[in-house]
Amino acid sequence: MTDMHEPTGTPKPSAGEEPDLSAYGLGGSGHRRHLTPEEAAEMEKKVRQVELAISLVLRIGVVVSVAVIAVGLVLMFAHHSAYLPISGHFSFHKLTAQSTPFPHSFSALGSSISHLQGRGIIVLGVLILILTPILRVAVGVISFLYEEDIPMALITLYVLAVLIGSFFLAGA
Amino acid sequence: MTPIDFVISLALISVAAGVLGSLIGLGGGVVIVPVLTLLYHVDIRLAIGASIVSVIATSSGAATAYVRERMTNLRAGMFLEIATTTGAVSGAYLTTLLPTRFLFVFFGLVLGYSSFATFRRRHTDKPLTVSKDRIANYFNLHGSYYDPAEQREIPYKVVGTKPGLSLMYVAGLVSALLGIGSGALKVPAMDSAMHLPMKVSSATSNFMIGVTAAASAGVYFVRGQIDPIIAAPVAIGVLVGATFGARVLGRVTSKTVRLVFVIVLVVISIEMLQKGIFP
Repeated sequence: MTDMHEPTGTPKPSAGEEPDLSAYGLGGSGHRRHLTPEEAAEMEKKVRQVELAISLVLRIGVVVSVAVIAVGLVLMFAHHSAYLPISGHFSFHKLTAQSTPFPHSFSALGSSISHLQGRGIIVLGVLILILTPILRVAVGVISFLYEEDIPMALITLYVLAVLIGSFFLAGA
Repeated sequence: MTPIDFVISLALISVAAGVLGSLIGLGGGVVIVPVLTLLYHVDIRLAIGASIVSVIATSSGAATAYVRERMTNLRAGMFLEIATTTGAVSGAYLTTLLPTRFLFVFFGLVLGYSSFATFRRRHTDKPLTVSKDRIANYFNLHGSYYDPAEQREIPYKVVGTKPGLSLMYVAGLVSALLGIGSGALKVPAMDSAMHLPMKVSSATSNFMIGVTAAASAGVYFVRGQIDPIIAAPVAIGVLVGATFGARVLGRVTSKTVRLVFVIVLVVISIEMLQKGIFP
């Protein structure tokens, strides 16, 4: 009777849950707390490495997106000298009106970038920024697998699937 | 106002939005949308697109500092994202079915109440030492963080995963339906229902809002709501501000974070009630 676990399984979370959460059975992450001090220290080290990896991914994503957006802004102002004066009659409303064209599909974006248009390059930088949280979840899947934490890896995989699915549902 | 004035002034305002957003875990949309519509008279559709960009910028910018300081509870955040992303996707299909005015009034009241509940907890903010929540124990959602303001490691236990999940589903739903930052519901859910420490709630919400926003960003891009000349200054300004705000979170006390959060929540709640009653 020493090492018995309740045979009841995991109670289902109430809303918006993954259907097969209760099917994982025993051996979930909660048992980690009974590790020996050496094992716990080893686990702590692994978790720390994972956190550093995620932090690095984000940092690279953020720096690259800022750089790309900045290049796009410079190109936009370089191509349109009318935008540059600090005072004058040229209002920014001409650029933010509904009729102003800017790329919002991947094909339009591709041709805009190939012509080195500032707007297209800015949109590319913004898309890199949008990708950073998705990349973070993807790194999460890998890192939970690395920690041999299957329930958490499955949860993260579900979140990743919904994220990628939402892009396809949008028709991007 | 010429284009260059617009870009520079908006970037500076965005820095402030990034600092505030990353401090309380709400994303910069709270500041960006009213500034763009009221100050610059930009179309609301483009303002919402810029808000999505600012939310992701807040989340990713702040996270580069937070994760190192280990305030974000990644396990709890990822676990709760099941409900939020599912809510966000189902919300996208309900938009036409539900009357928006009613939703604004309803959630204005909900946020008004949660600002009160968050305020009331200001003296009883002790982290839990035991948890009988079986889901939290199974997934080991408990954690600990180093608080530079108190100069010690603070361990805590998580409870209330079921009400937490339900609230997170609603948060995802609302953000898709009304285009408001779901952080306004996420922080109270983690603070009041799940008893995470205030700073951990804020940092974890910061992580989650980026993921939730990314789930709807594709739709905004395809609909042409992400205008580069607005998005560029917002993205750069908010990223700079959020990186700074994330460092501030370490130094200020939990009580300060809580009070700033309550004030912003009251403002959002009034804003929503106003949109519902006098559209």
